[in-house]
Amino acid sequence: MALYRAHVLICHGTGCASGGAPKVLEAFKEELAKKGLEKEILVIATGCHGMCEFGPIVVVYPEGTFYSQVKPSDVAEIVEEHLYKGRIVTRLLYKEPLSAQKVCHYKDIPFYGKQHRIVLSNCGYINPDNIDEYISRDGYQALGKCLVEMTPAAVIDEMKKSGLRGRGGGGFPTGMKWGFCAASPGDKKYVICNADEGDPGAFMDRSILEGDPHAVIEGMMIGGYAMGADEGYIYCRAEYPLAIKRLQTAIKNATEYGLLGEDILGTGFNFTLHIKEGAGAFVCGEETALMASIEGQRGMPRARPPFPAVKGLWGKPTNINNVETWANVPRIIVQGAECFAAMGTEKSKGTKVFALTGKVKNTGLVEVPMGITIREIVFEIGGGIIGDKKFKAVQIGGPSGGCLVDEHLDLAVDYESLTAAGAIMGSGGLVVLDEGNCMVDTAKFFLEFTQRESCGKCVPCREGTKKMLDILTRITEGKGVPEDIDRLLYLGNQIKDASLCALGGTAPNPVLTTLKYFRHEYEAHIFDKKCPAGVCQSLLRYSINTEKCIGCTKCARNCPVSCISGKVKEPHVIDQDKCIKCGACMDNCPVGAVVKG
Amino acid sequence: MASIKAIINGKSITAESGMTILQAARANGIHIPTLCDHPALSPFGACRICLVEAEKNPKLLTSCTTPITEGMIVHTNTPRVIEARKAVLELILVRHPLECFSCASNGKCELQDVAYELGVKDSRFADPGDTNTSHKLEDANPFYVRDLNKCILCGRCVRVCEEHAIYHAIDFQGRGIHTSIQPPVGSPIEESDCVFCGQCVQVCPVGALFEKTAAGQGRPWDLEKVKTVCSYCGVGCELEVNVNKKTGKIANVTTNYSSPTALNKGRSCVKGRFAWQFVHSEDRLTTPLIREGDTFRKASWDEALSLVAEKLGEVKTKHGSDALGFFSSARCTNEENYLMQRLAREVMGTNNVDHCAHL
Ligand SMILES: Cc1cc2nc3c(=O)[nH]c(=O)nc-3n(C[C@H](O)[C@H](O)[C@H](O)COP(=O)(O)O)c2cc1C
Ligand code: SF4
Ligand code: SF4
Ligand code: SF4
Ligand code: SF4
Ligand code: SF4
Ligand code: FES
Ligand code: FES
Repeated sequence: MALYRAHVLICHGTGCASGGAPKVLEAFKEELAKKGLEKEILVIATGCHGMCEFGPIVVVYPEGTFYSQVKPSDVAEIVEEHLYKGRIVTRLLYKEPLSAQKVCHYKDIPFYGKQHRIVLSNCGYINPDNIDEYISRDGYQALGKCLVEMTPAAVIDEMKKSGLRGRGGGGFPTGMKWGFCAASPGDKKYVICNADEGDPGAFMDRSILEGDPHAVIEGMMIGGYAMGADEGYIYCRAEYPLAIKRLQTAIKNATEYGLLGEDILGTGFNFTLHIKEGAGAFVCGEETALMASIEGQRGMPRARPPFPAVKGLWGKPTNINNVETWANVPRIIVQGAECFAAMGTEKSKGTKVFALTGKVKNTGLVEVPMGITIREIVFEIGGGIIGDKKFKAVQIGGPSGGCLVDEHLDLAVDYESLTAAGAIMGSGGLVVLDEGNCMVDTAKFFLEFTQRESCGKCVPCREGTKKMLDILTRITEGKGVPEDIDRLLYLGNQIKDASLCALGGTAPNPVLTTLKYFRHEYEAHIFDKKCPAGVCQSLLRYSINTEKCIGCTKCARNCPVSCISGKVKEPHVIDQDKCIKCGACMDNCPVGAVVKG
Repeated sequence: MASIKAIINGKSITAESGMTILQAARANGIHIPTLCDHPALSPFGACRICLVEAEKNPKLLTSCTTPITEGMIVHTNTPRVIEARKAVLELILVRHPLECFSCASNGKCELQDVAYELGVKDSRFADPGDTNTSHKLEDANPFYVRDLNKCILCGRCVRVCEEHAIYHAIDFQGRGIHTSIQPPVGSPIEESDCVFCGQCVQVCPVGALFEKTAAGQGRPWDLEKVKTVCSYCGVGCELEVNVNKKTGKIANVTTNYSSPTALNKGRSCVKGRFAWQFVHSEDRLTTPLIREGDTFRKASWDEALSLVAEKLGEVKTKHGSDALGFFSSARCTNEENYLMQRLAREVMGTNNVDHCAHL
């Protein structure tokens, strides 16, 4: 490889790419050519840094200067000032929300400070379309080590020792799962990568596939070797075109390098890899539905046993793991199981990637060591609540998860503690809620999703989630009746107990946990016909505080349905029957006399 | 096969390895209610009515899908199990139209039976307007009616069509409560791959599928099953003709998936199951007829057969054996066709034999 004086890394993840990163890259190439610097400075398109909200992101190495929200028109200045004259363009530095200070270096950004990037270590650092860059960062070294130095049993042993657990939601010990598949009789076996990532708001797997596709491929090959599988499928949702493109390139390049195909590295090990595009159903992420979908059938879960390790794809022993699980594998092999197991808690090892969203100042993709507290995630990495409002809860684990509250802020995040608190690790969705969020409405949002995505096969999930949603809907509309709370509890528990797959088995969680920690909010909706957070439209009531009103008529003039009356300089009144709850009066009142509640 | 020892409801049982909990229970005289399960079909695990508890297993298990294992301790009637079954049933009843009075299924309805067993009258969770009315009654073909509002999505029809009819004409479509059983998107059942063999009708546990001809022809308890062999073709499918004991008329034709004498093992074609109206036709011949001039007169079999023998003999003596030809039918069995050619060759002395299926 040629030597360069500096590297300009331009994020080409989905967020930054749609924010105009490819144009920024073009601009850099043009500017550098103009200055005759193209032989000295290398421009690289990388994967996501997890700070998509501040994209397009440009990082200049060797210093690690982190520029955010870079537009093509900024490029001339960066080239002229930074790359030519060596002066940092302060204007474009990332502004830290906590301290409102500009931060110069990648490593100094608090968002990254508490993170521990292992799975994401290559994301944003290498060009995912260039296999050489992956190899230069120890890529395919683990595969070589396994094929040449380790027996399949030793690889499985190493996975067991690492303590790695499935990152797709269930948290099943990966090494043990591999052991089952390896022990299952059969001369044809498959490995599958689950890249269906259907949780609303989740993009952990997408970022890994887009930013470091070879890590997933290498992980699958190691798994194939350990379990005796010579064929693999990556089931990727069709809504991830960039991830699919990067995977296609990666497979092509790995095949050209002889790292995929027959007699890999001269060891006699064969492995082929296919990409299968998902059909856009959340339930197709469930392993048995996923396999049915690969086989060309309707994606509907089936009862287990038989487990995939015994009877999987096309009836053959199959092992299915999540993207993040696979991406951990090469790192464990290279660094050793002990090194991996040193991180985390007693039963949860390594790191977990979360998609941090909601009412925090920093949103994005974060990779944290297991055992970190919720407080650290929300207040240090996330920078606290926007507008310094009051923290209310985190919804963790997406539509299958539950909410955690104040009392859990110092809870160490691991599989057991989250489950004990009523939430789940899930695949890594983490939504922060503040006092402005209505918990009934939040539960309804998730249930709307799960009932729509129910495959319709089994009764409790198909009929039960709809009924729970009916009840939640009427509560938010002020039509709830006292028995509704017991109905929700009863249905929620029965659906959990009786459903065929985990979609139904976890769908009631958001309702059950919000009922546990915020029962008073449900009661306020049902008994007082009030939404304490002021979110549920039907329960909103705008009124005018006659003490404060100065009779300026502004509200009346701005009301779209003319339901405010009053004489000039006299207190105004809102006709509740006609009010459509648009809030225009409140927005326009100069003295804050309009109250909502 | 290896035998397995287990305990169900405190009773020691033995079962064959590979049996499900449900099969093992049934083999040992223990009843577990079911809806989506059918002995002739692969297990499906959709309705969740057959849930049971097994010690050391925190989850409820569907007995129709879970293999019984050595030493398993199963309870089929714990309060937790009963409550789950009730919840599931009441959830089915949220949208199911309760039209038992006029329903074709009344008297053989498996949903009714489960409700009866669990003592469930109606659903605690049904709100006004919940009853399913989203499907139009489909009765465009002459054979069976689809009333999908009553469908409980047990998937038996889909499985029988795939596993026994081998047409895969229908499948689940849509998601959530919009799920329904349909032929491929956009085509009515009449234009799909469905051949109207009616096996889906036979296995439907409720009144979502029923024979058009059976409407009003008798309640299940009015019917007597007459075992017979289909007269349409040489396959010889075993059929059950269901005859109304009061009127003596046929209501419908069914098959028996577990009959040891049935070589069709419950299968049938459209003709065997639906084309029996000729039985009651006024034009149907019930005795041999002998032509006299322009009219026919009734005759006994003996008289008719003697006449045929005499006439054939005449042709043979006058014009020789090869003036005769014998033509038989695919509706006869192989044995009958064999006998006919022996008659032609050995008795009449001609090799002029042929068969309608030759055409
Ligand atoms: C409704 C539903 C959706 C799921 N979606 C995903 C998904 O998008 N990605 C994933 O890896 N696992 C998903 N799972 C979990 C998988 O069934 C399976 O447990 C997982 O892929 C196993 O991999 P792991 O052991 O590496 O976690 C889903 C499960 C359910 C019930
Ligand atoms: S729980 Fe829901 S998604 Fe899973 S099989 Fe049942 S209906 Fe389908
Ligand atoms: S805008 Fe405010 S102050 Fe003015 S009339 Fe309306 S309520 Fe009163
Ligand atoms: S299908 Fe059964 S329960 Fe439903 S209306 Fe008919 S007889 Fe009644
Ligand atoms: S009538 Fe026969 S072919 Fe048609 S859907 Fe039913 S089982 Fe399938
Ligand atoms: S039509 Fe009948 S057999 Fe088919 S799914 Fe519905 S209830 Fe079951
Ligand atoms: S896409 Fe660029 S930081 Fe996420
Ligand atoms: S009979 Fe077992 S789930 Fe329906």
